[in-house]
Amino acid sequence: MSTLRSAKDPNYQKPLTRLIDTAAGPLDLKSHEAEGGYSALRKAIKELKPQDVQAKVKEANLRGRGGAGFPTGIKWSLIPMGPDAGTKYIVCNADEMEPGTFKDRLLMEQAPHQLVEAMALAGYAIQAQTGYIFLRGEYVVAAERLNRAIAEARAAGLLGKNVLGGEWSFELYVHTGAGRYICGEETALINSLEGRRANPRAKPPFPQIAGLWGRPTIVNNVETLSNIPHILLNGPTWFKELNQGKTSDAGTKLYGVSGRANKPGCWELPMGTTARELLEVHAGGMRGGKKLKAWLPGGASTDFLLPEHLDLPMDFDTIARAGSRMGTGLITVVAEDQSIVSAVRNLEEFFARESCGWCTPCRDGLPWTVKILRAIENGQGKTGDIEQLSKMTRWLGPGRTFCAHAPGAMEPLQSAIKYFRDEFEIGIVCDIDEVKPDVCTLPAGLPDITDDRDLATKKAS
Amino acid sequence: MSTDKVVKLADLNKPSFVLSDEERHEIEHALTHYPDGRAASIDALKAVQKHRGWVPDDAIPVIAEAIGISAADLEGVATFYSLIFRRPVGRHVIKVCDSISCHLTGYDELRGELEKQLGIRFGQTTRDGRYTLLPICCLGACDRGATMMIDDDLHGPVEPKDVAAILGNYQ
Ligand SMILES: Cc1cc2nc3c(=O)[nH]c(=O)nc-3n(C[C@H](O)[C@H](O)[C@H](O)COP(=O)(O)O)c2cc1C
Ligand code: SF4
Ligand code: FES
Repeated sequence: MSTLRSAKDPNYQKPLTRLIDTAAGPLDLKSHEAEGGYSALRKAIKELKPQDVQAKVKEANLRGRGGAGFPTGIKWSLIPMGPDAGTKYIVCNADEMEPGTFKDRLLMEQAPHQLVEAMALAGYAIQAQTGYIFLRGEYVVAAERLNRAIAEARAAGLLGKNVLGGEWSFELYVHTGAGRYICGEETALINSLEGRRANPRAKPPFPQIAGLWGRPTIVNNVETLSNIPHILLNGPTWFKELNQGKTSDAGTKLYGVSGRANKPGCWELPMGTTARELLEVHAGGMRGGKKLKAWLPGGASTDFLLPEHLDLPMDFDTIARAGSRMGTGLITVVAEDQSIVSAVRNLEEFFARESCGWCTPCRDGLPWTVKILRAIENGQGKTGDIEQLSKMTRWLGPGRTFCAHAPGAMEPLQSAIKYFRDEFEIGIVCDIDEVKPDVCTLPAGLPDITDDRDLATKKAS
Repeated sequence: MSTDKVVKLADLNKPSFVLSDEERHEIEHALTHYPDGRAASIDALKAVQKHRGWVPDDAIPVIAEAIGISAADLEGVATFYSLIFRRPVGRHVIKVCDSISCHLTGYDELRGELEKQLGIRFGQTTRDGRYTLLPICCLGACDRGATMMIDDDLHGPVEPKDVAAILGNYQ
């Protein structure tokens, strides 16, 4: 990433990464402050009431960058305020483990003070007394740099007792994990932070009401939070215009490309930049002049899209309308000579291994899915296997499992079958005439969610 | 025969696992971060693992006592998380990313080369106790696939031809 450290211009277009120079490493407190760091926190503590900070974030229309795009201002507005609200927590989701996602690492390793200031601001906005950064254990460099930044900030009175001489006190800690993707699911994260097994919790109650140790808690992603100092400093209107009119979603986005591209990487660009620009301009196109076959818009748990979708603006609503999700916004590209069945098998192996095991459809359905996919990949699939996979996408779909892990796992599978059914069919050995109606007996009381669509398609073919 | 028995009886009287001062200090430091001792479970397990490479069974009741929860509770935590090792590991732990972007950029070849050079498969440790080989979720460095971590160091992109030189740096 090029050096942008001279850009003191308040109209800067890449707020999150403008101070990042990966060759030089992160700025220390003094240099960070010289570039305007912590001035948003100073301004908030001196001039703004916590509710004013909340209002600005809401007005900026900041949407969560952890994958779901939930409006941050609305999330915050559910937190109880006032003198009787008691102990509250702000938690940063820094568990980044969504396959294909590599943006939070950059922000934490290269701009740790930005996140520390953001945590303080978010903590102030909801009047939390304590913040935790829940960091995946493998991010050792990020842990070291964040801890150093926190120590510097504490020594300078930017954290700790009576922040900047005001009434509000705030402690911030880095908590490092010990593996397991499910820790990124926000209620599983809370359990993990409490020192329990990372099984998700039932919602409601939502964490804003009863989260960490039963207290009101906000969980936000690293990138979401990192925007907050800039919103406060430059205002909601500036933030909304960062998209350069490409979309209705506000701000910039850390986009990226991985897979067999010429120059894979992660770049901060206006929200609504197209995937074509990401792939062709920033990532220099596909490696070896190969054609693009399919792409995941934002991580393992998003539906595949096709080359024909490349010109859509990458924002939450547009990508959803195309039948997928923007997710984390870092795209993974599959080349024309790479197997979709192998790719999906790899994805489902990941989800099967990372299932927390709490609910049956996910715990048992994912290994079953993997078994079928391995057979098809090896050319040993049986008649009815594709139909069985399609059923899985419904049995493990939204509303049928305790958390969004299994439905997420089904997204790439269902879209792969939709777009590349022929690649699955090649892996089936049995004669098509042997098709027997697939009868599945469901336990009493469960609605039969199988439909005749699969058999109908099969008869037609 | 009889001397064997004497040794065993003596063993019964001595606590089988003792936290070192350093470990105890690290656990006590972690406890200051949370209003509830249980929350230090993972920090405490990691503190012991940092010094011993893994967390033996007889460490569990001792660590549990240090943070004030039951051994059964801590055992539940210790068996949930993939990066808490419950069996001895080699001097160096190699974690190979097996997620999608690395799958598309040479994971199979990297894994194959590691298995060939080390003569072990995932979950195993080399006979000389030098390396343990494990798979891991996306390391958040997908633009550098295929990736792996050895101990705390990230490597990527790694091609099969690079493997021997990289391994040479971990004796
Ligand atoms: C299985 C699963 C894994 C998740 N992993 C992460 C993660 O690693 N990082 C993250 O920020 N959000 C992750 N999320 C989303 C979080 O549950 C939550 O929506 C997010 O932290 C909210 O932050 P935001 O509103 O700032 O986006 C995951 C969700 C699920 C269902
Ligand atoms: S869907 Fe999977 S990960 Fe989520 S609670 Fe159920 S078993 Fe656990
Ligand atoms: S998929 Fe290997 S580092 Fe992300």
